[in-house]
Amino acid sequence: MENGINAAAVPTENETMSRRGILSAGGAALSAAGALALAGAAAPAMAQAARGDAANDVNLLNAARALEFEGIAAYQIALDSGLLPPNAVGFATLYQSHHEQHNEELEKAIKRLGGEAVGPKTSAQYVQQLEADKLKTFEDILRLALRLERGAASAYLGLIEPLKNTDLHLLVARLAADEAAHAATFMIDLASPISAKTPLF
Amino acid sequence: MKFPRRRTLPLVLAHAAAAGVLAATSCDSSVASFAVQRTTETEQDAQQLDKPVLPNGDAMRGETLYAAKCGACHSIDQNRIGPKHRGVFGRNVGGVDDYEYSAALSDADLVWDDASLDEWLRAPTKMFPGTRMGFAVGDDQERADIIAYLQSVSD
Repeated sequence: MENGINAAAVPTENETMSRRGILSAGGAALSAAGALALAGAAAPAMAQAARGDAANDVNLLNAARALEFEGIAAYQIALDSGLLPPNAVGFATLYQSHHEQHNEELEKAIKRLGGEAVGPKTSAQYVQQLEADKLKTFEDILRLALRLERGAASAYLGLIEPLKNTDLHLLVARLAADEAAHAATFMIDLASPISAKTPLF
Repeated sequence: MKFPRRRTLPLVLAHAAAAGVLAATSCDSSVASFAVQRTTETEQDAQQLDKPVLPNGDAMRGETLYAAKCGACHSIDQNRIGPKHRGVFGRNVGGVDDYEYSAALSDADLVWDDASLDEWLRAPTKMFPGTRMGFAVGDDQERADIIAYLQSVSD
């Protein structure tokens, strides 16, 4: 036994290589174990960071909700104004329903993130913040609608980068496309010049 | 939350750098020598302060850009999705009394000026994580123009 122990203690070159391999493998195993241990130690921090990212995403999506609520209110102001010709009433109603659907999608996304979706302000607040008293003609309404829809398209595109949850990127891109489609109809109505330079948003 | 303000290069230094370059290309040697030296110092300042320098802003272009890029959420005189902007220069971050800010901004200890607005518009979620504003203006000239416009409605 003693010799055997000694023999094991003084390896041949081949054995040395072999042991190096074993040590290397052991080292790898240790590294893996160490990595797991480190991962275990880092898990709370990672979870906390993930919660922070989710909370930040909720804040951004709630701002989008606020934007949609304002859009819904703007269409209601237009519908109540008596300034819309009959064919425009159908568009205003349709686009308003689009914004309501957007808010439903945003609310679902916020809830999936564990957040709470904000609700709308009062009608009086929207009348004030949109300066509805300045809307005197159908064209005034078209210009307001164009400004809000075009701005909303840009706003949604601007959310793609800061949203940490990549599952949300497609959602906000699709909402941006809806807003751009709305804006395009108002640009046509107003004969608004289309930029020769792209991207348009 | 106390915001750890990044050191920034005031726009006046950018103007000095631009003036230095112009002088170096058009004036006598002593002036040119001074201008080159001043420019070099300014560049060193910029490097030391770790902050890119904004180009000169055009408030008229900025007004158009403001409508297109900021107008979805902001107005000059009305709180909407975001706070009103008249008087933003020199105002504390989170300083509009009748607007309800996110905690990220209401707890900030900073004054809006050209440098802080530049950083904010460049990457709002990085400057104040937890903000509700995600929209950034990536183009240096566009940011400078918008900031010039915001200053024009604050004077």
